[in-house]
Amino acid sequence: MIALLRRDLRLAIRAGGGFGLGLAFFLILVVLVPFGVGPNSDILSRIAPGILWVGALLSCLLSLDRIFQLDYEDGTLDLLATAPLPLEAAATLKALSHWLTTGLPLTIAAPFLGVLLSMPSGATLWLVASLAIGTPALSMLGTFGAALTVGLKRGGLLVSLLVLPLYMPTLIFGAEAVRRGAEGLPATTALLLLAAITAGCAALLPFASAAALRMNLR
Amino acid sequence: MSIWEYANPTRFMQTSGKLLPTVAVLSLLCLVIGLIWGFFFTPDDYRQGSTVKIIYLHVPSALMAINAWLMMLVTSLIWLIRRHHVSALAAKAAAPIGLTMTLIALITGAIWGQPMWGTYWAWDPRLTSFLILFLFYLGYMALWAAIENPDTAADLTSVLCLVGSVFALLSRYAVNFWNQGLHQGASLSLDKEENVADVFYLPLLVSIAGFVLLFLALVLLRTRTEIRIRRAGALIARERLS
Repeated sequence: MIALLRRDLRLAIRAGGGFGLGLAFFLILVVLVPFGVGPNSDILSRIAPGILWVGALLSCLLSLDRIFQLDYEDGTLDLLATAPLPLEAAATLKALSHWLTTGLPLTIAAPFLGVLLSMPSGATLWLVASLAIGTPALSMLGTFGAALTVGLKRGGLLVSLLVLPLYMPTLIFGAEAVRRGAEGLPATTALLLLAAITAGCAALLPFASAAALRMNLR
Repeated sequence: MSIWEYANPTRFMQTSGKLLPTVAVLSLLCLVIGLIWGFFFTPDDYRQGSTVKIIYLHVPSALMAINAWLMMLVTSLIWLIRRHHVSALAAKAAAPIGLTMTLIALITGAIWGQPMWGTYWAWDPRLTSFLILFLFYLGYMALWAAIENPDTAADLTSVLCLVGSVFALLSRYAVNFWNQGLHQGASLSLDKEENVADVFYLPLLVSIAGFVLLFLALVLLRTRTEIRIRRAGALIARERLS
């Protein structure tokens, strides 16, 4: 298991694939927003939590089709399916490595980009907490979407369509936690619900992803 | 005599062929009576004026939009557990109808919302969850269309339907958390003594019955078409082999 995780991470870093791409996209989005809505810091600070969450979500979407596609093409996935390691565990590890290469860097980068959007300083902690708790759910849902479309030639757009409605609850609770935190309201409820989604995803989605992979590989 | 007999496509075709004309005629009858009664023979509401009459399209279609997904969930489960092809095809057949119902509910709601709320669209919990439902239908149909092998497509869309149901419910309650509602609460509940004044209520019931029957008729029709497509495909394949 560890070996698989290390292999995935090494591939992501050395191939120059998803690792920098998501982060660069996030940066571009955050830099573009002030040009779009104007440099007024009142408006910016009000929309900053939402923009940062939407940006994180879109960056996650960007690298979804890489999760299984390359492995499917060169046959690694078939080997994984016949390996003694349960496919559920492999799906979990894929989600984990996707999160380590997109969700984690985004969480680390978000407070600095929040400064660009003149986000109120009280919200920074909530932003980091909500992204740290919420982005694993995004990765797991994305893995499920990628598993559904793994056999398709042009699955990229389809994955976005499939995964978008699944992302809604996570986005709602994540952005709401930061917004409430920024306004000084109690934000724990939203954060707890977000954690509940992540925990539920971690418990159930590996089975759904593995089932979808088996169907695709049959 | 059990329901599983209809898992046999031949039995299904026989029975549904007999059932379909009756259901279709009944649905037409109910719709005509319900809508004409509702549109022309009910008084105007004292505050909403005649715009209240959109209820005869809006409520039944919204009802069916949700129930269509429920039906797809049940048929998907049957496909995953017992692998009856008719079940998977029925789910496939129901999706575009559910999508259309969702669209009708959204559009009639927007038309009603413009004079009443002063806006076509508000990010109200109910409206938003319906938009999310619309996206679910789109994704489901896109997945069916994208996969070539019909069995794999049925499997994958069933899994998507299961996971989607959980998240559709989750979004339904998550949006409550996110914005205060503009939409009125439930106006039709079984456990209330009077829901809407009877003058509006009775034609509404008739038109709901019409929509339910219409959905049934369309699902039967489309499932029959899907089965025939399968048969035609099998015939063509057999021809090519010989």
